[in-house]
Amino acid sequence: MIILMEDIIIKTLCRFLIPFIQLFGLYVIAHGHGSPGGGFQGGCILAASFVLILIAFDLAEAKKRFSEKLNNFFNSFGVLIYTWTGWMCLLLGGNYLDYGRLSKILPVDPVQARYYGVFAVEVGVGITVMAVMVSIFLDLITGGKHEEASE
Amino acid sequence: MLGFYAIIGKRNLVKKLLGLNIFQWAIILYYVSIASKKGGANIPIVTGAHGHYEPAQAIQFLNPLPHCLMLTAIVVGVSTTGVALALIIMIHRRYKTLEEDEILESLEAFKK
Amino acid sequence: MISDQFPALIIVFPLVTAFFINIVGWWWKRPCFYMSMLALSVSFISAVGILNTVVSAGTIHYRLGGWEPPWGIEYVVDHLNALMLVIVSFVGLVVGIYSKRDIEKEMPEKIPQFYTIYTFLVMGLLGITVTGDAFNLYVLLEIASLAGYALIAMGEDGAPLASFNYVIMGTIGACFYLLGVGYLYIVTGSLNMADLSQLLPNLYHSKAVLVAFAFLMVGVAIKMAFFPLHGWLPDAYTHAPSAVSAFVAATMTKVGAYVMIRVMLTIFKPYFSIEMLPATTILGWIAAAAMIYGTVLAIAQEDLKRMLCYIIIAEVGYIVMGVSIGNRMGFTGAVLHIMNDAFMMACLFLVVGAVYYKTEARTIDEYKALFKKMPLSSGSFAIGALSVIGIPPTCGFFSKWYLVLGAIHARQWVFAAALLMSSLLSAVVFFRVLQNIFFAPPESAHAHESETHVEVKRDEAPVSMLIPIFITVAGILLLGVFSGQIISTIIQYTVPEGF
Repeated sequence: MIILMEDIIIKTLCRFLIPFIQLFGLYVIAHGHGSPGGGFQGGCILAASFVLILIAFDLAEAKKRFSEKLNNFFNSFGVLIYTWTGWMCLLLGGNYLDYGRLSKILPVDPVQARYYGVFAVEVGVGITVMAVMVSIFLDLITGGKHEEASE
Repeated sequence: MLGFYAIIGKRNLVKKLLGLNIFQWAIILYYVSIASKKGGANIPIVTGAHGHYEPAQAIQFLNPLPHCLMLTAIVVGVSTTGVALALIIMIHRRYKTLEEDEILESLEAFKK
Repeated sequence: MISDQFPALIIVFPLVTAFFINIVGWWWKRPCFYMSMLALSVSFISAVGILNTVVSAGTIHYRLGGWEPPWGIEYVVDHLNALMLVIVSFVGLVVGIYSKRDIEKEMPEKIPQFYTIYTFLVMGLLGITVTGDAFNLYVLLEIASLAGYALIAMGEDGAPLASFNYVIMGTIGACFYLLGVGYLYIVTGSLNMADLSQLLPNLYHSKAVLVAFAFLMVGVAIKMAFFPLHGWLPDAYTHAPSAVSAFVAATMTKVGAYVMIRVMLTIFKPYFSIEMLPATTILGWIAAAAMIYGTVLAIAQEDLKRMLCYIIIAEVGYIVMGVSIGNRMGFTGAVLHIMNDAFMMACLFLVVGAVYYKTEARTIDEYKALFKKMPLSSGSFAIGALSVIGIPPTCGFFSKWYLVLGAIHARQWVFAAALLMSSLLSAVVFFRVLQNIFFAPPESAHAHESETHVEVKRDEAPVSMLIPIFITVAGILLLGVFSGQIISTIIQYTVPEGF
């Protein structure tokens, strides 16, 4: 019975905290150029929020919110954002990752365009890092067998 | 050097992996320490940037390039640790042990 | 205009495709193989395009992101690079075609993952070859290594442990490399290879640079499986799946040798490596030991794959010896040998894999009378073996010829003797196997004691495996015949000045 009570405290607290953690993670990604942070750091924080769900609740509960297929998709999706930005620069006539060329499609001057290019890249990195961290954690916990709901 | 000793000297596979980790982090710390400058330079964050723009002088900030490089190195280190951990799980499942000598013995027996 | 972008295309296309394979693989398994082959073909075409441009126009400089060096990352392609790009992408493509049947048999439920990681591995190796930035090289080295660890671990019984050992040793090697680059960065403030080669000559006497050189060389030596830091190679390559063994055996150590050449001769100018430090002398002696050690231990092996692994160690010894001799001929021999060895090892490992696919035979004993059962594969094995020993007109003969001539020109009689002796020893190694394949009487599991003549069915390897084998065999013969032309158009320009 004592265990049940402690469970409730943890569950409620997590339910309360997790949205804030995710918001903070997004904030860290977006402000990477000015204050400490960036794609990788923000992605880790986002991943931490999912891991928190996993620890506090059941594995099945976490699966409902973030299934394995979605995880795998986000793995690649983030990198594809990154490389797609690079491709756009390639197609618009510059070298790979030459963000200045993006000014042809975005209504800003080349210097600003570099800023937006870096930002897009950071977002991509953040998504991938989040997905990868969560999948590493999942794999290590379940030992590869995703059908068992342990804990 | 501590990490290096752990890699060679310890028998347990997980301890070897921890030694590897120590080794990698030592190098990362080393790079970060390169980045500081004499005279107490500060981290390159421009205060009060929204509002008035004051031209920042590069000399008062410490060198951020090694930090970026080390970010990449940290990522690489994390991935390597992840792969190694996955391998350890596979090994454990197969041999039910994580001590190097016992694994080698069972491998020898299997080969003969 | 598109040809200007080849240096980036050669890496970006496989990168993007690898991730697409990952996504698509969740729903359909069939497209994975074709997507991977498409990416590798694009890489191969880009590599050939780059080679063309370099031969006609000289070195290519490609700036990522449009930033000038030393702020930005630059891809520099000269003749040595271009040749290696073509080799790596070609072998990647050929082994990829071979792998279709092999992987379907060995691990049918992991097909999408295999092709994702395989594409990554090829991309990583191509990236190492193309980049002109020292830190970028570290990143790509680790990408290739991580992909390699994962692929090797997919093999059979001893594979996870072998891969774990490889992880540890490989990561130590890469960390040493990183440490070396760090030291160089402290003293020069630059990471660009061309920049370093200009900034460093003033600093050759400082301790930091010497330490950096030592760290770089040790790190690269681990990755290259240079004796005595070769311990991970026999276990890792023996237990890996056949297609993986073939590809990594043919390319990974050679790319490591390429990195060593870059470090010794591009970042540090030649006179530093040869005159200031007795580095090349030390390397030469260790290389001689590597050659003898590799071939002697190969004789002692029963398992065919393990034997080939020890031959690889000897081959790496040849390449390093060629570089360390320090004259034109030796260096030409070394570069030629990089190219030839890739093809030879690919051919041999592919044949071993095909035989294993069909008959589950692994040891030399089990290879008895293979000729009757799989004549085409046996013939290919024979040609590969002849090339390793160094018999004309296979390509192995020409590279050894240059190496021996170089050693004699430099008056290094011991090295020349070591080269010849290890060739003789490798003849012993291979003749044992060839004797079993071609001349031994066949045994079968259900032996009919009364009959002395057992009917052996011809059960050749499937066509999709045979074609890559034939391509490599054709490569061995063609490269041998045309080696003069290859040297005069390409390799001649790779030799740095001062040799």
